[in-house]
Amino acid sequence: MELHESSLRELRQGLQERDFSSVELTTTLLKRISALNPMLNAFVTVTEGEALAAAATADARRAAGEDGPLLGIPLAHKDIFCTAGVRTTCGSKMLERFVAPYNATVVERLAAEGVVMLGKLNMDEFAMGSSNENSHFGPVRNPWHTGMVPGGSSGGSAAAVAAGLVPVATGTDTGGSIRQPAAFCGITGIKPTYGRVSRYGMIAFASSLDQGGPMARNAEDCALLLNVMAAHDPRDSTSHPAAASDFLRGLDRPLQGLRVGVPEEFFGAGLDPEVAAAVQAGIAELARQGAAVRSIRLPNNPHAVSTYYVLAPAEASSNLARFDGVRYTHRTANPADLADLYQHSRYEGFGAEVRRRILVGTYVLSAGYYDAYYRKAQQVRGLIREDFRRAFAEVDVIVGPTTPTPAFPLGAKNADPVAMYLADIYTIAVNLAGIPAASIPCGFTAAGLPIGMQLMGDYFADDLLLNVAHRYQRETQWHRTHPSLQAGEV
Amino acid sequence: MDWEVVIGLEVHAQLNTATKIFCGCPTTFGAEPNTHTCPVCLAMPGALPVLNAAAVDKAIALGLAIGAELNRRSIFARKNYFYPDLPKGYQISQYELPVVGRGSLTVQLADGVEKVVGVTRAHLEEDAGKSLHEAFIGQSGIDLNRAGTPLLEIVSEPDMRSSVEAVAYLKKLHALVRYLDICDGNMQEGSFRCDANVSLRRPGAAYGTRAEIKNLNSFRFLEKAIEYEIVRQRDILESGGQIVQETRLYDANRDETRSMRSKEEANDYRYFPDPDLLPLVLAESRIERVRDTLPELPDAKRARFMRQYALTAYDAGVLTAGRVLADCYEQVAAGVDGKLAANWVMGDLLGALNKAGIEIEDCPVPAEKLRLLVQRIEDQTISGKIAKEVFEEIFYRGGEVDAIIDSRGLRQITDGAAIAAMVDTIVTANPQQAADFRAGKDKLLGFFVGQVMKASQGKANPDQVNAILLERLQKG
Repeated sequence: MELHESSLRELRQGLQERDFSSVELTTTLLKRISALNPMLNAFVTVTEGEALAAAATADARRAAGEDGPLLGIPLAHKDIFCTAGVRTTCGSKMLERFVAPYNATVVERLAAEGVVMLGKLNMDEFAMGSSNENSHFGPVRNPWHTGMVPGGSSGGSAAAVAAGLVPVATGTDTGGSIRQPAAFCGITGIKPTYGRVSRYGMIAFASSLDQGGPMARNAEDCALLLNVMAAHDPRDSTSHPAAASDFLRGLDRPLQGLRVGVPEEFFGAGLDPEVAAAVQAGIAELARQGAAVRSIRLPNNPHAVSTYYVLAPAEASSNLARFDGVRYTHRTANPADLADLYQHSRYEGFGAEVRRRILVGTYVLSAGYYDAYYRKAQQVRGLIREDFRRAFAEVDVIVGPTTPTPAFPLGAKNADPVAMYLADIYTIAVNLAGIPAASIPCGFTAAGLPIGMQLMGDYFADDLLLNVAHRYQRETQWHRTHPSLQAGEV
Repeated sequence: MDWEVVIGLEVHAQLNTATKIFCGCPTTFGAEPNTHTCPVCLAMPGALPVLNAAAVDKAIALGLAIGAELNRRSIFARKNYFYPDLPKGYQISQYELPVVGRGSLTVQLADGVEKVVGVTRAHLEEDAGKSLHEAFIGQSGIDLNRAGTPLLEIVSEPDMRSSVEAVAYLKKLHALVRYLDICDGNMQEGSFRCDANVSLRRPGAAYGTRAEIKNLNSFRFLEKAIEYEIVRQRDILESGGQIVQETRLYDANRDETRSMRSKEEANDYRYFPDPDLLPLVLAESRIERVRDTLPELPDAKRARFMRQYALTAYDAGVLTAGRVLADCYEQVAAGVDGKLAANWVMGDLLGALNKAGIEIEDCPVPAEKLRLLVQRIEDQTISGKIAKEVFEEIFYRGGEVDAIIDSRGLRQITDGAAIAAMVDTIVTANPQQAADFRAGKDKLLGFFVGQVMKASQGKANPDQVNAILLERLQKG
């Protein structure tokens, strides 16, 4: 097994047995990044010097007798997590030169475990997008087919993990931004229950929907990362007091008697037949392991996308108001007056999709429109939550496709924002409800593109989702299949 | 027909918590610009607010003090607008559900009439920073030290009908927040600010269109701005014009209000619930805990002063206008006559403070010294007149009451024989006046008293001087 294809368990064993040092591991991956990143564009910033220093520190700690699941393990953060001393761009020109004087809680907690940060990962600007084409730093390419998008907004994270540039990465998910790119790139990712992972230092897109989570090549690696990421944080008022848990503990429980619900609404018009077939086969595998599968209804799911595209832009229009050209952001040259400074700094600093969402969000919150849009959408959000509550009274896990189609070609949906928004049709309801959901690889199309299967659970059933994913991966090989990549290929 | 003026006040009281409302930065005034800041109050990316519990307790205290409904569940909302000293591009405030609901404040007017002014609501919010335009050429400086300082916005009903009533309400509220120790009340530094909504109507008619007047940082400015506004609006209405709903700024230098922006130019603040903060839920136990810490409130104290110290309503009102003054009075009055103590605190002490431009909080004379001085009058060690001399000494130069009395030989002469000797000398030296007195010129008693007091350097006990003189003069 190659180092760049190893699981965290294998890497830890190698480090423990002195097969290789963290510095050697880090050097290997940095070489791979410098060879492949020009093609993939997964990294916005590579922190080679800091990484080698951190690896040396981890090796010294290990030499001094320390050990830990993440000690000396390389990873990279989505460029939405603030990193002290290393620029955090959020994929935007607005923050092209922004260097935070503080670490996000997630970054801080992982650093304390001795991880080695290799750099910051590309993303759709301010996490707004489903293809990673909305980055100021250019699109990320899908390692399985470089003419295809990797998904978004955590496209850099998904591509980097799939391509073996890092074993694990952090991502964030507001409407599917961990799960959809995980599906497109053939990796495993989980959006935890809202409130599990601190949002402090994670640049806000839509505060009531945003949640950080792990992206990795298997469920066990996700569990190892989530063990550190999930914790109550007094700096985040929406952080749950019982956020922390041991996600490894129940990982290997057999699935005998597991009640699986399959929502009819997830298999209707618009679902690619190859995706449908692979997901059905995945569900059959769960049944083979003893799960009881039944059909369920999520009647309000069809309203999820339109509800989301009222609420998320509303919050974003306010969250992004701080990027105003006054303090740490891009500022237009020679503004005529204050209004001019605002208008031009923001016009120049934000890309088209971000501007579109700010306009939509401003509109739906405006006097005279608030009740018709924002308040109504909040009511529908309540109905969507209620759908899940009813469903989880009868089943333990809801299973369906993560995305309606496999990865699509770069540029295919750029002209049609609504078509792009529909790429998240199966993932958005989960964020509106705040429940956890994972995406795991469950097959490939005839053209060789990965297909993702989505597992949804009740509040704080993150451990159950990882358990189901892990048992599935014990019996399947999809997650062990890696793209073949050569430097220079486009 | 007359016009009736309708006034409602919006007061911003800066809560005197040690730290800001959503972060741990200090709230102290006057630091170097931007030194009391952190990622949260600078609105750095990813920074999140965490509510300061002490600010909530202070809001609860005000709610309890004005008998208001406390909303067991209130919501923080974002008020969105762009301004350079508003770093997030929104102010965290409360909109649809404030922490303090309907309450009221009873104000005492000069004619002894009491008036109940309704309080619509009070809500928690954060202050903005400051824009500094002076020291920068072609640019503005931004100081974010104040950004995130907790404010309690207290909104009254349009219940006031004159500038006098508005000032009385504001003074009452000002005294209350200081009693409760929730705000330092410093109007110059802006920790207690007031906006006034003013409109005119014919008595009994519906409310007229109002103007909101901003920047009223003293009681006098409030009074003058309202008076100016009454005349301005009356002139417009009486010449057939219409009042425009607008925000006006009071200019103290010119004593006038000026239009800032009309309703059409007003911002659409796009309020919506702040998703970074959970609803504020008040437990009964928390409310009771705050209730237990409430001090005696001004109205209760005033009633007690009237009862306990036999003071008039006016005197009790003056002495309870502030907590420090009331405490001072009670220390002075301990063990001495309440009325005498009141006269000394309200007359000599407040007079001297006023003359010296000193606040009661910085009074140079400890209450205990003043109490001793009053006691020395009561026990006849010195006369009231001599006491004023001693007071001047301790007020301006310090020192101890008894030591000053002794070192200056101010002790009152109460020895009857000594006084009789002085009386004898004076009467003997003025035979004509003595004869005239006996012939019926009663007024001459004053002359003899004056002469004896002069001879005793003011130290003879005036009552004894009177009695002995009368006896001696009548004897012939």
